[in-house]
Amino acid sequence: MSQTDLLRFATAGSVDDGKSTLIGRLLYDSKQIFEDQLEAIEKTSLDRGDEYVDLALLTDGLRAEREQGITIDVAYRYFSTPKRKFIIADSPGHIQHTRNMITGCSTADLVLVLVDARNGITEQTKRHAFIASLLRISHLVVCINKMDLVGWSKERFQEIRAELETFVTRLQIPDITFIPISALQGDNVVDRSTAMPWYEGASLLHHLEDVHIASDRNLIDLRFPVQLVMRPRSQQLHDYRGYAGQVASGILGVGDEVMVLPSGFVSKVEGIEFYDQELEQAFPPMSVIIRLADDLDISRGDMLCRPHNKPYISQDLSATVCWMSEKPLEEGTKLAIKHNTAWGKALVHEIRYRLDINTLHRDESAKELGLNDIGRISFRTTVPLFYDEYRVNKATGSFVLVDEQTQVTVAAGMLLTHT
Amino acid sequence: MNYTLSHLEALEAEAIYVIREVVAEFERPCLLFSGGKDSAVLLHLAVKACWPGQLPFPVLHIDTGHNFPEVLDFRDRRVAELGVRLVVGSVQDAIDNGEVTEDKTPGASRNRLQTHSLIEAIARNRFDAVFGGGRRDEEKARAKERVFSHRDEFGQWDPRRQRPELWNLYNGRYRKGEHFRIFPLSNWTELDIWQYIENESIELPGIYFAHEREVFRKGQMLLALTPYTQPDPANPEEEVHTASVRYRTVGDMTCTSPVLSTAKTIEEVIQEISTTRISERGATRADDKFSEAAMEDRKREGYF
Ligand SMILES: Nc1nc2c(ncn2[C@@H]2O[C@H](COP(=O)(O)OP(=O)(O)O)[C@@H](O)[C@H]2O)c(=O)[nH]1
Repeated sequence: MSQTDLLRFATAGSVDDGKSTLIGRLLYDSKQIFEDQLEAIEKTSLDRGDEYVDLALLTDGLRAEREQGITIDVAYRYFSTPKRKFIIADSPGHIQHTRNMITGCSTADLVLVLVDARNGITEQTKRHAFIASLLRISHLVVCINKMDLVGWSKERFQEIRAELETFVTRLQIPDITFIPISALQGDNVVDRSTAMPWYEGASLLHHLEDVHIASDRNLIDLRFPVQLVMRPRSQQLHDYRGYAGQVASGILGVGDEVMVLPSGFVSKVEGIEFYDQELEQAFPPMSVIIRLADDLDISRGDMLCRPHNKPYISQDLSATVCWMSEKPLEEGTKLAIKHNTAWGKALVHEIRYRLDINTLHRDESAKELGLNDIGRISFRTTVPLFYDEYRVNKATGSFVLVDEQTQVTVAAGMLLTHT
Repeated sequence: MNYTLSHLEALEAEAIYVIREVVAEFERPCLLFSGGKDSAVLLHLAVKACWPGQLPFPVLHIDTGHNFPEVLDFRDRRVAELGVRLVVGSVQDAIDNGEVTEDKTPGASRNRLQTHSLIEAIARNRFDAVFGGGRRDEEKARAKERVFSHRDEFGQWDPRRQRPELWNLYNGRYRKGEHFRIFPLSNWTELDIWQYIENESIELPGIYFAHEREVFRKGQMLLALTPYTQPDPANPEEEVHTASVRYRTVGDMTCTSPVLSTAKTIEEVIQEISTTRISERGATRADDKFSEAAMEDRKREGYF
């Protein structure tokens, strides 16, 4: 297979910070925009009476949004360079769309936040940095945009950077990079800017190509949620039994001793299979089939781990959630929960506090969580979850809650270990 | 060993995970198989996901009645090789039964009529999950579509009321009469598809590779001479000539155009796409040229 890897990133910025222009430029300068697409946006720009071709139009998806001139949901864009393929989760910056940003961040390796150099750090910027840290994103890139409108000023850049740095010391983001850019003119987007010789770092694209993400994964704690039990109904494969799934974390090798949860039985890995290949090892995010030496009763929702490195197992849980429904969450609400490959029911006992994401203040008097609120809850589930703290294991520390009447996903949750 | 996957391996692992989630959680899935390259890749991934067992669901083809014979041959051969059940939803039957009326004006296609046959086939077979080969890079309206894309009881898509999709925790729960469209190739681009076809030696209908064909120009598009696409004899610009062409997508013969090409092998096709400046849809689908919102409108009604 070709040797480029994959980087997924989410973008955030307030309206008019230049996010769409920046994405349009990244696609345009990396030659991902086709002539007919350009033709379509040229026509739209012309019809609207714009003075220039609005690259931002490239990323405006649906008609309703085009008519209102805003982006209202998460949209995905793709571009690649010889080094990497990139997937952008483009989520809008409006306050009411915290949920979209969380959705975009949930699969991201990196978050790119835009700041208008004239306005500097805003409440929005802080909110975005906070959400990135909440979702345990290891890499934050802050693009200070519209540098052309502040005379390419080094002092302005440093001032904005210092302000955000003070704020983010309260968050846990291991890697933060600041890049001064002009999305409109292309400075420091793909090529280094000649207008800002004082900036010695890489252009945005080069930074995205080089940022090291491989060590962000948890390769220590083996967790293999069983997705499907493979028991082919054929004469030839009569005795075949394999457990299909995606390695959530850790490394699994043939011959390894594994424990099955919830039963607690221990067995050995006899084979790791992927279609016509027999593998020696499997690691995240590989989708494989595991065969064990012993015939055990295992079903979807069970988990393989190491006998001496087990996840937490509990029905009484505590989590940070983002509420995503118009109907508020109240204490006593019953919901369906999906965690790993298992569904269960959850009863919300207590709303411990609601977090003000601008001040990070905890309101412990809160009795409900409304749309886009983030808060801490305690709940009990019908079946025990095999989980880790989200902080150390995103795959086994995350869950979603679903309203059983409408079947709609109403919350994203991140598990904590202390109740 | 550095324990990282290439981008194609990562996309493959993700697609297989999605397919297995559907097999585990839905009662009556099916896979849309047109014989085109995306559906050939999708079928290949489904086979890999379900290995060593047989595909536990049928494949569904919405037949416009204007298919390329090479593509139908390919479809039937793959179905026979895999021993899967083929369900056909026929647009021609729907027209003959008076369920839909065909627009007979020149240049009209049966593309829109497919929606009726698709929704009808889903209801008749009570399919609750329909795998499609749609990719988010194809078109702007698709860029926001979920991997598990909910459809109401009329088969319609409501882009403003999509469920949030977080991590890899897909929510495929539905109420009676509703269903899901499932897009395991959401994050693939056209180039990814071709590189994967090359790596996995996936067979495709011959019309994806350069061949000689009688063609004519209609406006900006190139069209093949077929029973359904004929030049205007009075228009000298539409003169029929032979050219070396290939197809980038295969759909209804009336609205799928070939592109001039000499790419006879997968490697040559990849070379060609890496340098092309026209999108797949723009180059080959007359139906999307009508308006920028054409695809979105069709998708809302329940199109693929
Ligand atoms: N001068 C200048 N204007 C910019 C720059 N980037 C974006 N803009 C303009 O700022 C406005 C908002 O940009 P847009 O990309 O639509 O912002 P979004 O709401 O964040 O997507 C548009 O008029 C852009 O042309 C920049 O680097 N310099």
